[in-house]
This record gives sequence, C-alpha cells and structure tokens, in this order.
Amino acid sequence: MAEVHLWGALRPIVGGALSVSVEAKNIRELFKILTEQYPAFEPHLQRGIAVSINGKIYRDTWDQALPPDAEIYLLPRIPGG
Amino acid sequence: MPLDTHFTNQKFKQVGTRPLRPDGVDKVTGRAKYGADYNAPGQLIALVLRSPHAHARIKKIDTSKAEKLAGVKAIITSADLPDLTAGDRGMRDMLENCMARKKVLYDGHAVAAVAAIDQTTARKALKLIQVDYEILPHVTDVDEALKPSAPVIHNDIFTEGVEPTPTKPSNNNKRASFGHGDIEQGFRDADIIVEHTYKTEQTHQGYIEPHACVANVSPDGQGELWVCTQGHFVYRNQCAALLGMDISKLRVTASEIGGGFGGKTHIWTEPLALALSRKANRPVKLTMSREEVFRCSGPTSSTSIDMKIGAKRDGTITAAHGVLRYHGGAFPATWAEFGAMTAFACYDLKNVKSESIEVIVNRPKTAAYRAPSAPMAAFAVESAVDELAKKIGMDPVELRIKNAAKQGTQSSYGPVYGPIGIGATLEAAKNHAHMKAPLGKNQGRGMACGFWFNFGGQTCCDINVTPDGTVTVAVGTIDVGGSRASIGLMAAEELGISYDNVRVVIADTSSLGHNDMTDGSRGTFSTGLATIAAARNAIKVLCARAAKMWDIPEDAVVWEDGHAKPAGTNAGNFPPLSIKEIAAAAGNTGGPIAGHNELVADGAGVSFATHICDIEVDPETGRSTVKRYTVIQDAGKAVHPTYVEGQYQGGAAQGIGWALNEEYIYGKDGRLQNAGFLDYRIPVCSDLPFIDTMILEIPNPNHPYGVRGVGETSIVPPLAAVANAMSNAVGIRLTHIPMSPPRVLKAISARKH
Repeated sequence: MAEVHLWGALRPIVGGALSVSVEAKNIRELFKILTEQYPAFEPHLQRGIAVSINGKIYRDTWDQALPPDAEIYLLPRIPGG
Repeated sequence: MPLDTHFTNQKFKQVGTRPLRPDGVDKVTGRAKYGADYNAPGQLIALVLRSPHAHARIKKIDTSKAEKLAGVKAIITSADLPDLTAGDRGMRDMLENCMARKKVLYDGHAVAAVAAIDQTTARKALKLIQVDYEILPHVTDVDEALKPSAPVIHNDIFTEGVEPTPTKPSNNNKRASFGHGDIEQGFRDADIIVEHTYKTEQTHQGYIEPHACVANVSPDGQGELWVCTQGHFVYRNQCAALLGMDISKLRVTASEIGGGFGGKTHIWTEPLALALSRKANRPVKLTMSREEVFRCSGPTSSTSIDMKIGAKRDGTITAAHGVLRYHGGAFPATWAEFGAMTAFACYDLKNVKSESIEVIVNRPKTAAYRAPSAPMAAFAVESAVDELAKKIGMDPVELRIKNAAKQGTQSSYGPVYGPIGIGATLEAAKNHAHMKAPLGKNQGRGMACGFWFNFGGQTCCDINVTPDGTVTVAVGTIDVGGSRASIGLMAAEELGISYDNVRVVIADTSSLGHNDMTDGSRGTFSTGLATIAAARNAIKVLCARAAKMWDIPEDAVVWEDGHAKPAGTNAGNFPPLSIKEIAAAAGNTGGPIAGHNELVADGAGVSFATHICDIEVDPETGRSTVKRYTVIQDAGKAVHPTYVEGQYQGGAAQGIGWALNEEYIYGKDGRLQNAGFLDYRIPVCSDLPFIDTMILEIPNPNHPYGVRGVGETSIVPPLAAVANAMSNAVGIRLTHIPMSPPRVLKAISARKH
C-alpha cells in the first residue's frame, strides 16, 4: 500500500486529504485506480501529472514500479522554455 | 557533499572538450536557413487581420469585398476552422487563440487571414474586410482582474482547486498550494519577519527571429510545413488535430531557429497558413512582423506576489509563506502553480507554504519563458531573504548557506532531494573573487539563488555509419542552444571516433518517431541519452560485422577506441578493424550499419545557480549600469563547456533586461503601447559587462555521464540579484520589476522627501 501525497489542487477531489493510500504496482495502475475512485481526477490527468518516486520525477514512464515504502508525490507536469 | 562514486574520475576523450560549433560557418556566412528563408514555387503571401480591441464580441465579419480583389486567392475566418477538439479544453483554447471565434480576447487577436499573390495585395485585402465589433469592458492587470468588479472574460470558468466549487464564473481559473509543516507556529517562533508584496511586469522572450512558416497542402490531403519552431513534432501533431488531417500526412521540417526560449513551443499562425494553403491549393508563406510578435505571440506572465519569511536571530528560517498571482493571458493556465513549486526550492524549510492563484486577463496567451514562472517567484523570495539578512545583521551568503537545501531535504514542493548543487554554488559564491572586489561610488553588490526542475521526455535517434566510416546522427529535438555539438561529442565518445567524423542533423517529422520539443533544458540530456543508447546499438552491429569478417563468434569481439578487437587470445589473433574498414565491407556483411534508440528520458535532475551582480546607479537620473556579473551553476557534466557558458551568459543577460528595462505597457484602452524593440528595450552587448561564469559539476546519477540540463536555470536568479544590488547601491528596496530609471528615480525622490 503506497501513501500518495497530493499537491493542493488535487486535495478537494479527495475531500481535502493531504494524501491517499493506494495499492498499485506501478504509475499506470496508480492513475487507473485514482481515476476510478475519484472521477474528478481525470481532467487533471489529461492536463498532465508527474509522479515523484523517492525524489526522482517521472513524467512519462508509467511502467515505473511503486516500491511499498516509497515516498510518492503527485505533481503538476511542468512545462519548459 | 556525498556523490555517486560511479562518476568519480570518469575519463572522457571527447566530452568536455570545446570543438568549433557545427552550425557556426553557416550562421556567420548567411547560409543557414531560418523560417522566413524558405520559399516554395508559386507561393502566396499571407497576412492576418487582428483585433484593435482588448475585448469585444464579433457581431459580423464581411469578407466579400476582399474576396473580389484581384490577386486574392483565399480568405479564412473561424468558420474555416471548425472545432474538432471534442471537448479538449486545452486544444480548444489553442484553436481559439490562433483565430478568434465569438469574441476577441486581446489586442492583436486574429480575426481573419488572407493569402494573395503578393504582400501589397494581401495588405489591401485586409483593409477591405469589415468586422463589426461590440466592444466589451476589459481588464489587463493581474490584481484588477481578481476584483469582484472586473469584467469576467470567460463565462464558463469556475475556480478549480477550491471546495466547494464556486457557482459564479471568474477570472481566477485555479488555485493550488504546496508545502509542509505549520507556518503559523513557524512565524510565532520567528524573531524577525519580512513581509512585502512584489510585482513583476510582463516581458517577452525577445527572440530575434519572428515566427515564420511556409505551408503547402495538396488536394490529396498531404501537406508540408517548413517552420521555425522549438518542436516540429508537436507542431505537426497539434496542427493536424486542429485541421482534421492524419498526422502521418503532414510532414514538418524545422528551420534553424533564431531564438525561442519557450516562445516557440506553441502554435500561433501555422494552422492559419495550412488552412489558407488548403483553401487556395497553393503554398502559403506567413511571417509575423515584430509588432505581431509582441502583440500576438506568447510573452510571460505579469505577477503580484505576497511574500512573508520569518527567521530566528541566528539566521534559521522558521517559516515561509507566499501567495503568487500570475496571469495566463486570455486563457486559463497554470503558470502561478509552477511559480509556487519553485519559489522556496533552494531552502531547507521546516514550515513552508506557497499558494498559487491563476488569473485571466485581456492580454495575449502566456507562453513559457526559460524556466517558466521561476524568475518572478525567485525575485520575491530572494529579495525577502536578503532583507531578512540585513535586519538580522548577517551576511546574505551565510544566511543562505545556513538554510540551503541539501541531499535529504524535503523540498518545498514535496519530494526529498537526492544529490543537489545549491550548497556548492553558494560556497563557490562566498569564495569567489567577485565577492571581495572593491565597489565604487553609487555602486552596490547583490546576490541571489535560483532553481529549476529540468525534464526529459520522448526522444529518438538514428545513427547511420556511412560507407566511408563517418557517421550521421539524426535527432528530433531542435538545436536551440548547441545540442548538435553536444550530441556529436557524445556519439563520438561512445563510438571512439573523432568528433569531426560525426554529423548531427535535425530530421523532419516523417523520418523519425515522435520527439517532444526542445524545452525544459532537455535537448542535451534526453537526446544525449538516446544518442548514447543508439551508439551502443550501432557498436553491437559493428562488432557483429567484424566477427563475420574474422569468422569468429560475435561475443568474441569487443569495441575499443573506434576499433573492433578480438576479445582475448582464444578469439584469434587478428589486428583491430577500424570503423572505416568495417563500413567499407558492410555491403557484403549484411548491408547498412545503423543504431537506433527510442526512449522516455526521465530523471533529468534539478538544477541550482547562484549569481552575483554589481550595479551602479546614477542618483540624478535613476539609470543603472551593471558593472560586473558572475554566474555559478551546476551543470552535472558540461559536455561542451563553451555552450554551457553561453547558456549561463544568455540567461543572465535576459534576466538583467527583465530586471531593469523590459515591460509590456498597456494603455487604458487595453492596447499594447510598445510593440517594438525601440520602445521595448532589451539589453544589447554594449549595455552589459562580460558575464563571468563558473561551471560546477555535481553529477546527475540518472545520466551515464552525469549530465543535467543547463538552459534555463540561469534566468532565475538575475531579477533578485539585480534588485539586491540596487538595494545596496541606493539604500532603497524596490519591489516592482522592472527597476527602470523612472521607477528608481521616483523611489530615490520619495526617500529624500
């Protein structure tokens, strides 16, 4: 069970919680579960969400495994100049 | 600082050298082809009719007179660009920004476009198009737009990120927050608190080359686009989607690029050129004027930031809180969110909160600008930190060192840092000769830190070994700052051949798989990763061919210094085969030799910088001159140090211009007043001193050579570094960027009285 920390814009979707516990083996499954449990998550995902796993930020590698005790943060997908 | 020992004493033969730039001769001799240098046989010239109003309803567009003008071949309005976006708000906004639909949302918003046999005819045609507007109230200021009395620009925007969702639409499209700890307790624990509201004005990236393209769509539905862009694959995908074309049928070829800095990551006129070409059945060339670039491409946000930082008398920061309001122009965006993420990232803070408020105004759609949103946030934070140091009576570098983030720090945006370079840049600044140099009359010195994320993305690369053993590398990321040189060096390093025997080209969109654009300081990082992998794949093929030539097993061959060699005495006693010899024999050993790679490059590694600035202020006029400037930044590993230094210098120069002069000025009528380089003053060489650089190399553990992106971070500290220098020069804390002579003079006069 991974503890997934949310940035402020996502918290209203989950009733104001700072984080949610999700049983997911990788980023793809994490997004699938969050979308199923919280339909309002979908538009945020469409706009782009990055996942920080133990400090390394993943934007596109949805196969990346979520280790059980990993530090996980959802972050906005950052643009560049 | 603990480092990944994998990188210790790593020896390179090519990486880290400074060969001549591969695009140098073409650029200085005029051979290089930029966007407007392309021409197609029988091409038409297109011009765009733009709104003179900041906010108005389009009641009617009558193109009938223009259509009758001899030489006019096609006219388009939004009616020619049906909405195919299927509910995708981002794509719909992109379409609406390219061509206004029911309303114009800013001065310069496109309402129609004409393709004619020449520019004179096209200009005459624009004058014959009649647009009936109902003028609406407008708002261009980021704070004014949030007031209850402000005209609401979009009736379908309800603030996201708050609970419950508002029932009334507003110009605030989103709120978000980041942070941890208890800021209220942190401020109670503070001995000294600094609190100010800071403002920054809207600036443009100021790239020298205007947007330009030639579009050619055939009646069979196939199309070509030659365009100046930071991301031709992205342009292809977006244009095809908006025009209802199959992506594979649109081939996009990128020109050389005369600067982008984020401004060429969005499509602007390209769909119009394609739609005109489709309608006219002729090639269409569309080039923006400088005035159009200012009025209708994508400058950065203007901002208003509330900043509060508290500390103990020993300099320990106990709490930090920022509320950041950024506008996204006339469309919903999330620029404040990125400012909030980066604001406090340099520091190890127990209690921190940054809140973002996104604002919609009647200005052109905001685009990315080099480390987008970070410079404004850093201006507020670093100004407040400097003032805090002053109030405590502590050296500002020491205060920053005391509070600097390090490996293991929980960042203000959430995750815990791995190996990072902020501490190293601060220590280097503390010990730099610049810090000890004497100052003259009316001069002041300031310093500031900055942070940027960097990222990777989708990338692919083809390496082909030619029959004479030299190598071509085809990549899909535009070379905006020297990536052809750095990619060539990495290919040469892996293959063990001379850099001179490698040619890197930017392939068109039909020649490679999708590549994300060149942004986020990703070009050298991500395309470098793909190139290294492709080279290693090519080496496998080269070894296999050598094995055939020697008639030994493939796994009995190794690659060293550009040669295949038998792996040990059991493999046989053969003299090494050079890449030239293997390539010459390729036709009889299996055909062409190549290496390919496709990947998603994650793990770009965050980047930090510290800048030092000396400024002299004329107290009679308020005019300021930067006398000395030093950039210290972590590059992970500088592949081509001269280009890295160029990136550091370029970012600093842009930041200095932003700090001192650059500013979009809107009249009360909502029209831009200074849409040209005479009235919008960017610094030129004679305005600046030589910008000194110091490259630190704290390896990125996610790259085989330790490379980090270097293109953006250098624009983050200058606004604050200049402001802190100004404060020390004239004894006044300026909280409004740019610190132009009138503003400085006003502040000096106010102090006297």
